[in-house]
Amino acid sequence: MSSPANRAAVLDSTSSRATRVLGWLTLAGFAVLVALAFAWVPEDTRITEQGDVVGQFDAVRLMFVHVPSAILAYTGFGLTFLASVAYLRWRTDWWDIMAHSSAEIGVVFGVLTLVTGSIWGRPTWQTWWEWGDVRLVTTLVMVLVFIGYLAVRRIPADSAVQARRSAVIALVGTANIVIVNRSVDWWENRTLHQQSTLIARKIRDETLFTLSFALAVGMVLFAWLLLHRFRTAYLERQVEELEVQEALVQRRAEASLGGDRA
Amino acid sequence: MPPAMGAALVRDAWLVAGKDLRIEMRSRVGLNQIAPFAVTVLVLFAFALDTNQEALRTYAPGLFWVTVLLASLLAIGRSFAVDLADGAADRLLLSGIDPIAVFGGKALAIAVQLVVLEVLLGAGVVLLFDVTVYRYGLLVCAGLAAAAGVATAGTLYGALVAGLGVRETLLPVLLLPVVAPVLVGATRAFQDAFGVAGAEGWAWLGLLAGFAAIYGVFGALSYGALLEEA
Repeated sequence: MSSPANRAAVLDSTSSRATRVLGWLTLAGFAVLVALAFAWVPEDTRITEQGDVVGQFDAVRLMFVHVPSAILAYTGFGLTFLASVAYLRWRTDWWDIMAHSSAEIGVVFGVLTLVTGSIWGRPTWQTWWEWGDVRLVTTLVMVLVFIGYLAVRRIPADSAVQARRSAVIALVGTANIVIVNRSVDWWENRTLHQQSTLIARKIRDETLFTLSFALAVGMVLFAWLLLHRFRTAYLERQVEELEVQEALVQRRAEASLGGDRA
Repeated sequence: MPPAMGAALVRDAWLVAGKDLRIEMRSRVGLNQIAPFAVTVLVLFAFALDTNQEALRTYAPGLFWVTVLLASLLAIGRSFAVDLADGAADRLLLSGIDPIAVFGGKALAIAVQLVVLEVLLGAGVVLLFDVTVYRYGLLVCAGLAAAAGVATAGTLYGALVAGLGVRETLLPVLLLPVVAPVLVGATRAFQDAFGVAGAEGWAWLGLLAGFAAIYGVFGALSYGALLEEA
């Protein structure tokens, strides 16, 4: 009885010194990011040869949420893929929890990417959604695949069975994204997305700096979320184990009582 | 792999496919329920598009394949429900048939049912949506390749959700996003075959065949692990 309780006591909260530092860094980073994005970065405008003023105007500020979200969503899905491969290789709880945690965070950032992209697209591309855009459609399918993955994870099952089933879904789902990407590319063979703005140096220095800063803050937030989510999942398993142990002890006590009466 | 083992795999896959198809022939669930459902969906599309013959003709390829995908969910669910009854899946496992052959056989049986369904729906869109077929070769090849793709991916995901209490609701969520490329490719190929858009039909056939090959290999390799847990 005492050994599972002792093991659970090793970790009785999801916070630690490291997560507290990451949490405060995220908050401070966001405060600086808001100041940079709204006060320092000028609105995006260009004057064409005909003298027309074009650009994204104030909508460019949404990029500081949209671009990091997209990168973090794919980081989350990529991590799920790697953790699933590692799970199938080594079959440890650690990799299974890692796959689950990163998939959840990936979906959160994926939805955020689609929402912010849609809001940004309305003033910039004059449409909430564009079916011909490869990255848009690929990201949507990717998020749907991983929502299905999370649905599977919510089904109660033996932990080894669930881990193996989930790992296979993550592998197939990620491999599938390559096919989706190619098929949509051939489907419309065009993209509204900016082609290598960074390489062409069409982006302003202030915007580029703020974008990089936003990405750094996003990475810290990602690490913070992942640590907490991982520890929550770990504690959940500890509780389950504890409940099984307690139930066993109770059954044994009942059995011995019954024996006395006899 | 020695040739004898390959031959045994093919023979066993043939046995499993024959078993599944024989059950369907006798129970007639496909004929009495899945086929009428698919035709009903086609009729609903006609109602939704306000009996606009021109729109129906233009969108017939897409409507055709959405209908096939919806009906395939029923066929795949049915294929695994049959195995769950009376512990048939356990006996299949105990029979010593290689999981690769079980996968191949089940996928083949589903593909055959889908092809039959496609023929029926093909007649449906020609009669109801007033579609003219210009390229029969492309039509047949795309129909076969898409059926193979949906059947291989469907068998893999069908096995993943088999034995779960929530399989009827879970299968569509998992399978439909995954077969989205089949919908895109098959629709494009059919647009070309029906002459409603100048799509590169034969190039799309490559995508459909590639999809079926990838899921065929992946499904065959991972099927053993999935069968053990069910």
